[in-house]
Amino acid sequence: MTSDTAAARPAAGELTGLPPSAAVWCSGLHKRYGRRTAVDDVSFSVARGEVLGLLGPNGAGKTSVIKMLLGLVRPDAGEVLLLGRRVTDPRSRSAVGYLPELFRYQPWLTAAEVLDLHVRLARVPVGASERRECLALVGLGDRAGDRVGGFSKGMQQRLGLAVALVARPELVVLDEPTSALDPLGRVDVRDIVLSLRSRGVAVLLNSHLIGEVERVCDRVVILDRGRVAASGTLAELLGQREVRLRLGGLDGRAEDRLRAAGSLTRTGDWFTVALPAEDDGVTVPDLVRDLVGLGVRVHAVEPVRISLEERLLGILRHDEPEVSAR
Amino acid sequence: MTALTVAGLTLREAFRRRVVWALLVLTVALLALSGWGFSKLIGLDTELGTMTSGEARLVASVLLNLIMFGFSLIAAIGTAFLAGPTLAGEVESGQALAVLARPVRRSAVLLGKWLGLVAFGSGYVVLAGLAQILVVRAAVGYWPPAPAGGLALLAAQTVVLLTLALLLSSVVSPMASGIIAVGLFGATWVAGVVGGIGGALGNEGVERVGTVSRVVLPTDGLWRGAMNAFQDPIALVQMGPGEAGFPFLSDGPLTVAYLAWAAVWIAVVWGLTAMSFSRRDI
Repeated sequence: MTSDTAAARPAAGELTGLPPSAAVWCSGLHKRYGRRTAVDDVSFSVARGEVLGLLGPNGAGKTSVIKMLLGLVRPDAGEVLLLGRRVTDPRSRSAVGYLPELFRYQPWLTAAEVLDLHVRLARVPVGASERRECLALVGLGDRAGDRVGGFSKGMQQRLGLAVALVARPELVVLDEPTSALDPLGRVDVRDIVLSLRSRGVAVLLNSHLIGEVERVCDRVVILDRGRVAASGTLAELLGQREVRLRLGGLDGRAEDRLRAAGSLTRTGDWFTVALPAEDDGVTVPDLVRDLVGLGVRVHAVEPVRISLEERLLGILRHDEPEVSAR
Repeated sequence: MTALTVAGLTLREAFRRRVVWALLVLTVALLALSGWGFSKLIGLDTELGTMTSGEARLVASVLLNLIMFGFSLIAAIGTAFLAGPTLAGEVESGQALAVLARPVRRSAVLLGKWLGLVAFGSGYVVLAGLAQILVVRAAVGYWPPAPAGGLALLAAQTVVLLTLALLLSSVVSPMASGIIAVGLFGATWVAGVVGGIGGALGNEGVERVGTVSRVVLPTDGLWRGAMNAFQDPIALVQMGPGEAGFPFLSDGPLTVAYLAWAAVWIAVVWGLTAMSFSRRDI
């Protein structure tokens, strides 16, 4: 990163228009490892009480971005503010909880001692009963006195979740929080994230489980090859609808008319048209009217709602134009 | 605050991982063996007849230094292999991620690790060394001229080596850092012996090998200062000029300038480690 004084000048101007208390604000993050660019001009923010999902394929740079946000990796360029403070200031992490993708805790300590350690490092006066409640919340209430070395991977991930939650965070960063958990554990994590949101705690969630993200996230940032490929609220990202039509007697003019309505794919008699996001509700009736006018036999017209998974795959396969809703 | 928390954690790791108990067993065995050996010194018959008290003090000095060297070797290897996993191992395993994401400065975490290792390494050599001095006193009645100074120098030697091991572990893998640190410790000691032989033979070039190595890594210099504090003042005279290069007797005490250099060396290497660690991607 550039020096503090050099970084402060452009930031001051940019920050004046932003809400003063964004949980995360990052701009122009860039990171190279040797000759490979891992993160390229990534900017986004997470508002207080908001749950932001970070999606993308393996190697897209999600974990690198998270580590830069937490000051664990130094960006080559760009700036990060955590809870209103520059990330180079350790105090910016005072109210941040973090569950790393590579979760590992001192195996010679007990689960309760690991929480004690993190409470001391965070310098937050969290009482013994609150710490016990935190362990109980992640399902480790009866294992508080057991050494971490004897824990299964799933239990260690649950402990990691407790570590992230114990010091009364205002921002929780969860990097693949359910990778080692059973289906029951995944539901627990979902409930915890929703409960954090209801208490006004911001959450940055990196997960491969798209269904999980779709259920709990207010907004999504999709990273691909180190760049922001798309970002926006779920409504914005999934707002794009499709319409499927089963047609007969189609000629070149009718196909041109279909293409004019939106991106077209064909499987036998079935034609799928991706409708533009700014569709005002007249595209489909007008299309059907024109097709009939062109002598096309319309057998079926079905609206299709796109899923986040399909949207993600579309973006990553570069079938769809880049979207930046926010 | 962070440094003390991490120092406590480092010490707790040494206890929980049974490093302390392993060292305790090893040390008690060494103390018992040396006690038995020293007790046999009394009334030892040589070809020339029963040893004089002066000869017995000379032998006691040499043997005490030899055993102290054993302790310093145990402390050196122990702390070097503890220091390695401390930084590099925790970064590699991912243990450092959750800790360094807390509102802590990396230099404070490093200071904590260092303080913990210093307490552990120094505590070990001081306690084991003191026990050894008491065993020698009980067995043959020999009391070194400056035991406190000698033990302090032994502790300083351990601090030098563990500081080096910490620096190495911030840039290379944990195993490599331990091996390099212990290797350099051994190489400096050998260079010191070679320099001593050079001095005895009047060869300035060879003598310089020891001098230079003692400046580059002060472990051997501090060790020689410690030996001087443990040995009988007239031991060297008794050995005779032809034996001046003997590796378990020291020619003279350390100068204040050398002690200052050792302190500067520790500060510089610590600073380099802090710089390297704070710039490192975790």
